[in-house]
Amino acid sequence: MKTLEEIRKIREEKRKELDLRVNLKANTREKHILVCHGTGCTSSKSPKIIEKFRKIIEEKNIQNVRVVQTGCFGLCAKGPIVIIRPEDTFYAMVKPEDCEEIINTHILEGKIVERLLCKDIDNSVVQRLDELNFYKKQKRIALKNCGIIDPENIDEYIAFDGYKALEKVLFEMTPDEVINEVTESGLRGRGGAGFPTGKKWYFTKIAEGDQKYVVCNADEGDPGAFMDRSILEGDPHCVIEAMMIAGYSIGANKGYIYVRAEYPIAVHRFQTAINQAKEYGILGKKIFGTDFDFDLEVRLGAGAFVCGEETALLESIEGRSGRPRIKPPFPANVGLWGKPTLINNVETYANITKIILNGAKWYSSIGTEKSKGTKVFALGGNVVNVGLVEVPMGTTLREIVFDIGGGIPDGHEFKAAQTGGPSGGCIPAEHLDTPIDYESLAQIGSMMGSRWINCNG
Amino acid sequence: MACKCGDNGKSKELKEILTKYTNDKSNLIQILNEVQEKYGYIPEFAQKEISEYLNIPMAEIYGVITFYARFTLKPKGKYNVAVCLGTACFVKGSEKILERLKQKLGIDVGETTSDGKFSIEATRCIGACGLAPVFTVNGEVYGKATPELLDKVIDEYMKKED
Ligand SMILES: Cc1cc2nc3c(=O)[nH]c(=O)nc-3n(C[C@H](O)[C@H](O)[C@H](O)COP(=O)(O)O)c2cc1C
Ligand code: FES
Ligand code: FES
Repeated sequence: MKTLEEIRKIREEKRKELDLRVNLKANTREKHILVCHGTGCTSSKSPKIIEKFRKIIEEKNIQNVRVVQTGCFGLCAKGPIVIIRPEDTFYAMVKPEDCEEIINTHILEGKIVERLLCKDIDNSVVQRLDELNFYKKQKRIALKNCGIIDPENIDEYIAFDGYKALEKVLFEMTPDEVINEVTESGLRGRGGAGFPTGKKWYFTKIAEGDQKYVVCNADEGDPGAFMDRSILEGDPHCVIEAMMIAGYSIGANKGYIYVRAEYPIAVHRFQTAINQAKEYGILGKKIFGTDFDFDLEVRLGAGAFVCGEETALLESIEGRSGRPRIKPPFPANVGLWGKPTLINNVETYANITKIILNGAKWYSSIGTEKSKGTKVFALGGNVVNVGLVEVPMGTTLREIVFDIGGGIPDGHEFKAAQTGGPSGGCIPAEHLDTPIDYESLAQIGSMMGSRWINCNG
Repeated sequence: MACKCGDNGKSKELKEILTKYTNDKSNLIQILNEVQEKYGYIPEFAQKEISEYLNIPMAEIYGVITFYARFTLKPKGKYNVAVCLGTACFVKGSEKILERLKQKLGIDVGETTSDGKFSIEATRCIGACGLAPVFTVNGEVYGKATPELLDKVIDEYMKKED
């Protein structure tokens, strides 16, 4: 158990300690070797790289160097990725055999290991992450901590304003004020058809019921999509915090997150995060000494696409076959065990803490008139930079596929981009300059809910 | 109540899983997931005990098992080879990998070789699209797969057994 004072202290002290993660000019002798532990890099053996680094550092008794496992950096095609901060050196396609050289040359001699640097789409050799074209048009809000913190360490989350939005909400805002802020931000659901999030919270708040629930949809049914998975793996606490804020706003003290069993790393990280939050007394009873209680449980999906649909998901949480219910009534009125239930997507939740801390005005200044904020896409298929990208709404498909994605390999011509699974569509080349937002995607026969872009060339 | 299936070791393992959960009906899928993980399928004795524990009719449990793709009624092979047919993998030719695998093992998706060594599964996206096409053997991911890589990996597992 930690008191609010203690948590504030952790935030202050840890933030100083981790400054070199985000401040390239940090004046320190310390170095942090960040190794991507996202799904892509893990599949290409990044855990072995972490092990190897730790072993060498111990053997050579090197001080002031820390090896950190992080979530996905986004450029999965170049994985496994290793980044060294504060100088921000970006090493691509690293193998366990390369660790020794990185330690000897980079850490001990202070020289760059040239052969592990990666080539950008214009063939120039890049030293730092922020020089890569891949990152230039991106804006990370939902993925803010992804690739910066160790997702299995709650203190690192707390260091970067973690659980500060919860504190603000509990002590400075009424439930109605929170809902107003979310409404005014213009945030719309990232999992389905783009329903205004604040409105959904309001409907669930005014619904009558002695018990209410908050649910997070992490079923991520669309094949080829791995945004939600990356958020859960890279920054699980931001979803927990948002679900708690939602619980406070609508009057719920119990939440469920429904995750696909095929995502073992995400399930493990999220469960670890819940356990740590409970240990700190952040989840549980009388949170931060207030009257607010909140408990959260993980429920596993078992491989049925339809369970991404919200009413089927509720059936599944209740322990039955996930067959969709007839709507109306909507879950806001009749949801889990017949009680009013708020269901939002992972990425929708991942925006909440930032809206609370930076304000609705800030959030609504990003994006287009009707689609605010950013959108995370999984970029795949025949494109150079396969990976995870987050861009402001209104970015064009051309910018995503060419400026960020690096175009089609071997100079082939772009033919079309498929988006989404059954709910998506096919965007031909003539629509490359369409700004991506809910309305324009619907107009050209696609939708935002399907959040991956698969290029054909 | 003692289990009448005669296999006490297995039954004890199952009891250990069950004691982690209350007898709330909504725990059914969580329990089935753990049983599937433990045994590689949902054995009949487990169905019976879960049915008694949660007070859910066998028929309903059977319905749930057959509804979810992850649950199987037959044991999987010692090495379960899963080929991702998610879209990112599909465009990069995962079907060819699956075809080669079927040919090589002489079984279809969802089947197990007669010696119990291998089974084939077709999965949805496993989230490693950056490495498409991918397949896994007992969860170990092999990325940027080609029929040749598949051959090599399967051959290695075939040797392992001997
Ligand atoms: C067939 C079908 C599949 C769906 N799959 C998902 C999914 O995988 N993830 C998701 O968040 N929403 C999915 N949805 C949308 C959900 O029903 C629901 O609208 C959404 O979770 C609401 O959250 P949001 O308002 O934050 O978007 C699906 C809908 C349908 C009809
Ligand atoms: S998984 Fe490592 S960069 Fe995406
Ligand atoms: S589509 Fe195969 S891993 Fe995503």
